[in-house]
Amino acid sequence: MDEFVNLKETELRLGLPGTDNVCEGKESIISCCNNNNKRALSSDNEKEIESSSRKTETSPPRKAQIVGWPPVRSYRKNNIQTKKNESEHEGQGIYVKVSMDGAPYLRKIDLSCYKGYSELLKALEVMFKFSVGEYFERDGYKGSEFVPTYEDKDGDWMLIGDVPWEMFICSCKRLRIMKGSEAKGLGCGV
Amino acid sequence: MGLRLPSKVLEHILSFIDSNEDRNSVSLVCKSWFETERKTRKRVFVGNCYAVSPAAVAKRFPEVRSLTLKGKPHFADYNLVPDGWGGYAWPWIEAMAAKCPSLEEIRLKRMVVTDECLEKIAASFKDFKVLVLTSCEGFSTDGIAAIAATCRNLRVLELRECIVEDLGGDWLSYFPESSTSLVSLDFSCLDSEVKISDLERLVSRCPNLSSLKLNPAVTLDGLVSLLRRAPQLTELGTGSFAAQLKPEAFSKLSEAFSNCKQLQSLSGLWDVLPEYLPALYSVCPGLTSLNLSYATVRMPDLVELLRRCSKLQKLWVMDLIEDKGLEAVASYCKELRELRVFPSAPDLDEANIPLTEQGLVFVSKGCRKLESVLYFCVQFTNAALLTIARKRPNLKCFRLCVIEPFAPDYKTNEPLDKGFKAIAEGCKDLRRLSVSGLLSDKAFKYIGKHAKKVRMLSIAFAGDSDLMLHHLLSGCESLKKLEIRDCPFGDTALLEHAAKLETMRSLWMSSCFVSFGACKLLSQKMPRLNVEVIDEHPPETRPESSPVERIYIYRTVAGPRMDTPEFVWTIHKNPEIGVSHLAIK
Repeated sequence: MDEFVNLKETELRLGLPGTDNVCEGKESIISCCNNNNKRALSSDNEKEIESSSRKTETSPPRKAQIVGWPPVRSYRKNNIQTKKNESEHEGQGIYVKVSMDGAPYLRKIDLSCYKGYSELLKALEVMFKFSVGEYFERDGYKGSEFVPTYEDKDGDWMLIGDVPWEMFICSCKRLRIMKGSEAKGLGCGV
Repeated sequence: MGLRLPSKVLEHILSFIDSNEDRNSVSLVCKSWFETERKTRKRVFVGNCYAVSPAAVAKRFPEVRSLTLKGKPHFADYNLVPDGWGGYAWPWIEAMAAKCPSLEEIRLKRMVVTDECLEKIAASFKDFKVLVLTSCEGFSTDGIAAIAATCRNLRVLELRECIVEDLGGDWLSYFPESSTSLVSLDFSCLDSEVKISDLERLVSRCPNLSSLKLNPAVTLDGLVSLLRRAPQLTELGTGSFAAQLKPEAFSKLSEAFSNCKQLQSLSGLWDVLPEYLPALYSVCPGLTSLNLSYATVRMPDLVELLRRCSKLQKLWVMDLIEDKGLEAVASYCKELRELRVFPSAPDLDEANIPLTEQGLVFVSKGCRKLESVLYFCVQFTNAALLTIARKRPNLKCFRLCVIEPFAPDYKTNEPLDKGFKAIAEGCKDLRRLSVSGLLSDKAFKYIGKHAKKVRMLSIAFAGDSDLMLHHLLSGCESLKKLEIRDCPFGDTALLEHAAKLETMRSLWMSSCFVSFGACKLLSQKMPRLNVEVIDEHPPETRPESSPVERIYIYRTVAGPRMDTPEFVWTIHKNPEIGVSHLAIK
C-alpha cells in the first residue's frame, strides 16, 4: 500500500525531457546505444561532436546482437540464407569489412593474405586511394588526415598497429578508415 | 418533423456504399440508419483483433460475408514480439460460426490459427469461398486438408508466408474430384512435395483458375506440365527454377510460357539459374508485377529480363540489381508504381553490394508514376532525399531502411533531417512513412508538421529526446499506427498526449525509456486504452521509474484481454485495487 502514499510516480509533470527518465545502468534490455542518455540531457546542439563521440566512445552493439534489425521478415531471411550458403565459396580466409568515411559502400578484404601491418596498410591505401602517414607508438598516425582503425572483439575501436599482428588478426572484426576531425581525436596519443 | 426514409429505401441506397469508412459515418447518423447499415454490411474489417470483442461484431453484423482481421503488431514480423503474445483466431471463428453462418470469406493477418480453427471453418460455413492467411502460424497441413476436403465451393486458398507444420504433401489430394471452383491457390510457403499428378488433375478441372503459386518443391518439369494445363493463368508463382540444363528442358519451358498469353504477375523463381531466364522473355512484355526478391540473379541477367518489361508496375528485387540495374529500370519500366529493394545479406556481415542511394534517385527521376517505395541501403544522403521528394511528390508510401543504425548523410556527416523534411513537405499524399539513419528531434518536428496524411509511421534508432515523440503526437493529424524501437523517449511526451492515443489504432514502443509508473498512470487515466507491458521480468520487481522492455497501447471497447501470457502485463483500470494486483496476468 506504500505505493499509494508515495504519489510522486502518479504526478503528471512537464519537466524537461530526460530529467526523470533514469535508465538504471546498462540493462541488456535496452539494445540501443547507451549514449542516448547523454543526448537526452545535453542542451547544446553540437551534432557533429555528438555523432563523432558516439562512434569513438561507446560503440553501438554489434549488429548481430540487434534483434530484428534490419527489418527483414524471418521468412525472407531463411529463404535467402540457404541460397547464400550454397553459393559462397569463401574458403579459409579471414574476411573483414572495410569502410572509409565518405565512401558510399564498403569493401571486404582477407586479412590472411597479408603478413603484417605494412602490407595491409599498403593494400588499403591502394584500395581507397589515400595515404596513412607515419605510425608512432606514442602519437599514432601523423602526416595525414586519414587514420586506420579497427573494431575488436570487445566492440572497441582501436588504432591499427598498436598490438602485435597475430593478436590483431584474431581480434579484428572490421576496419574503418577515419577521416578529418574525428580522426584527430583518436590519433593524437591516448 | 424530420423526413424518415422507409428502411427498404435506405437499404437500397446503402447497397451502393462499399467503403467501410463511409458506412461507419452512415451508422452515426441516427439509430435507424445504424440499424439498417449494420444489417446490410457485408464486409467487416477489424484492424486490431483486440479492439472489439468477436461476440459484439458477430451480433452487430449478422449478414457479414467477408471478415478481415489483423492480430499481432507489425513489429512481430521482425521478432520483436515474443512468441505466445496472442492474436488467436479461435474466439472469432467460434463467434462467427454461432451467429453468422453465411460467412464466406476469412482473411487473417499475423494471427495464431490452429487446425481446430480450420476444421471449425470447414464445418460451420456452408458456402465458404475464400481463405487467405498472411503471416499466420499455429496450424498444420492437416487443417488445410480439412478445408480442401469440406469446402465444396472453395475459390481462394492462399497461405502467404505462414509458418505451417508441414506433415507432408497429402493435403492436396483432399480436394475432391468434384471440386472445380478454384480461382486462386497459393501454397508457396509449404515445404513438402505434393503429388504432381494430383496437382495436374486439380488444375485441369478448375477452368477458372487464374492464380497459382507453387512451393519450391515443385520442379521445372512439374511447372511445364501445369502451365500446359492452365495457360489462362494471370498470376504465377513458380517452384524451384533450377534443374539439369538440358536443351529440350529449356525449349519446353519456353514454349509453355509463351502459351500463357494472359500472364501478368510472376513470382517464386527460387534458385533461378540465369540460363533459364530467357524462357521468360515471351511473357515479359505483358507483365505488370514481378517478384524477383528470392532470385539470386545478378546484374546483367537482371537487366536483360527487365528491359523487356515495359508494362511493369510492381517490381520486387534484391540489392543485387545494383545502381546500374535500377538505372535500367528507370529507362525501361516507365509504368512502375511500386519498387521494393531487399538486402541480399540481411545479417549485414557481408554488405558488399554496389547499391547506393543513387539507384533510388534514378528510379525516382525516370518513373513518373512511382508511388510506393521500400528500399534497403547501407547509407544515404540528404541530397538524394531532396531529389526524390522533388521528383516524386506523388509518393504515397516511402519506407527507407538505412541499414547502418545512426548513419548520417555520409557525404556531409549531418543528420538526415533535411532529407526527411523534404519528403514530408513535398509528398503531400504520403500515407506511410518509415524513417532511418541519423535523425534529430528536428526531423520529427518537420514530420509532425507536414505529414498530414501519414497513417502509419515507423521509427528506429532516432531522435534525441522526448521532444521527438512530442512533435509526432502533437502533429500528424491522420496518424493511426506508430511503431518505435530503440529511441530515447520517455514518459513525458506519452503522458502529455494521452488523448491522441485514442484517435490511433495502436502505438508500439520497444527499447525506449518508458517507465512502468507511466504505463500505470496512462492506463488509469485512459479507460479505453489497453496498455500492455511486454516484459520478461515482472514490472513490480523493479523501481517504477525503470524502463520496461516493450509497450503496446491500443484503443479498445473490449476492455483488457483475458488471454495474455505471463510476460504481458495489463494494468488494471481501477486504482483502488492493491499494488500486487495492479498487473493482471
